[in-house]
Amino acid sequence: MVMSQHLTRDDVAHVARLARLRLSEAELDEFTRQLADVLAHAEDIERLDVGDVAPTAHPLPLRNVFRADVVSASIDRDEVLAAAPAAEDGQFRVPQILGEEQ
Amino acid sequence: MTIGSAFDIAAQVRAGTRSARSVVDECLAAIDAREREVHAFNLVLADRARSAADVIDARVARGEDPGPLAGVPIALKDNLCTRGLPTTCSSRILEGWRPPYDASVVQRIVAAGGIVVGKTNLDEFAMGSSTENSAFGPTRNPHDLSKVPGGSSGGSAAAVAAGFAALALGSDTGGSIRQPAALCGVVGVKPTYGLVSRYGLIAFASSLDQIGPFAANVRDAALLLEVIAGHDVMDSTSIPQASPSLVSVLDDGVDGLRVGIIEELSGEGIAPDVLAQLHAAATALEKAGAVVETASVPATIYGLSAYYLIAPAEASSNLARYDGVRYGNRVDGASTTEMMEATRTAGFGAEVKRRIMLGTYALSAGYYDAYYGKAQRVRTLIIRDFARAYERFDVLLSPTSPTTAFALGAKTADPLTMYLNDVCTIPSNLAGQPAMSVPFGVGDDGMPIGVQVLAPLQGEATMFRAAAVLEAAAGAR
Repeated sequence: MVMSQHLTRDDVAHVARLARLRLSEAELDEFTRQLADVLAHAEDIERLDVGDVAPTAHPLPLRNVFRADVVSASIDRDEVLAAAPAAEDGQFRVPQILGEEQ
Repeated sequence: MTIGSAFDIAAQVRAGTRSARSVVDECLAAIDAREREVHAFNLVLADRARSAADVIDARVARGEDPGPLAGVPIALKDNLCTRGLPTTCSSRILEGWRPPYDASVVQRIVAAGGIVVGKTNLDEFAMGSSTENSAFGPTRNPHDLSKVPGGSSGGSAAAVAAGFAALALGSDTGGSIRQPAALCGVVGVKPTYGLVSRYGLIAFASSLDQIGPFAANVRDAALLLEVIAGHDVMDSTSIPQASPSLVSVLDDGVDGLRVGIIEELSGEGIAPDVLAQLHAAATALEKAGAVVETASVPATIYGLSAYYLIAPAEASSNLARYDGVRYGNRVDGASTTEMMEATRTAGFGAEVKRRIMLGTYALSAGYYDAYYGKAQRVRTLIIRDFARAYERFDVLLSPTSPTTAFALGAKTADPLTMYLNDVCTIPSNLAGQPAMSVPFGVGDDGMPIGVQVLAPLQGEATMFRAAAVLEAAAGAR
């Protein structure tokens, strides 16, 4: 089955919600067409039978890299918070997360 | 070019026969003369560069050696963190943000005596092949202002081509150093994955991203790569080895070297004038004693499809951090979710949104195996086919880009057409292997052409030997 033929405007709207993006009606139309084009190009690998090939996530055989367990200097908290859009009491400030008052 | 090679500048500054200040002043004069039309930079650090040059000169006067890049003006792609200095990724979402630390490569070039002259323009978050996706307007090709410089490191390539800096750093995820180097007529290198620390490089696709040099010649590129390569504890994917010796091998020649022209990347879809230069380059290597044959790396034909699933998938995850909470700009909303949506909708440009959407889709329930999983298996095939080719060859050869620089606006309406620019460069990123673009001749339009030299993991020394021979041959014609 070739999946790209199934990409719908509703799929694109759903993915936009997952990615925390708001798209206009015109953008939804344009992105649906453009993403379908890219997925249609990917039909060449969709058709490949590679079930017996292991996936590669990363090009080097490095794993479990640890640094020495020694305390060292890190970036100053106030300097980090100074770059945030909003901070309060040494923490990042965001709008209310919970629907009800605590 | 007025300031000359980085190698010569450093030698003269260290010897006290030329002041770093005069070099920087020449650079800034070149920027004053042409930056308005080229727009290579998001930020020019004129005062800081002059002060840094004065410090270098004072050290030389005291009898100290400032290092192998003494007094050399260097431009940084604006996705490399610079402490206290704006680092935007050419995105509205990071406009005004000042990182609290320097990237490791920035620390290394400064420690080697290099002078940062500015932050260069790029396609937003390094997503693009023309530098037209910048929120701050496109960069233009110094050889022809109606043409693109390539991308995503178009500002760095243009800065070196225009003589605004002797060297520049870029990042290469699918060709973002090599393709603009080819289109602007300079040398561009994507090192082996893990050879150069990514600490402080703002992430696009973490299993593909690699920092590398731009230079006006092969020796300068080798010099800069020697400075920035080598293990860094701040990057867990950094190869635990010292920096390779590259400058010292440049005169070793290619006698007996086995060179393969990748047939899958040198036929259909490549412009005739580009192919003609590729074959002229192969002939030049042959004349220098190399054995040149056709090489087959069959799975490279699937590289583009695999890349445009893997890179967006990793990007969709990496760019989730731009949520208006910890850094960058925020657009207020009644709830946290609304704030995040408003922030990301206003902060990201169309191409970044497209890639986030594509990646989110490729990773979403029901499609993961068909797209992301499949692409990861194809990545294994590409690595396997390269390994087979390297049983017979020491280096491989292909065009860097299918065409010379195209006109601004020519490919912006159709993303897939733009993506096809990366067809020759993508396979090296998927395999983690080094590759570099060397200027070799010009096209029918008089614009520069680049030939790509590819090598196996950590094969930089052999790659640079071939590149040096190609450069000498190109210059002798």
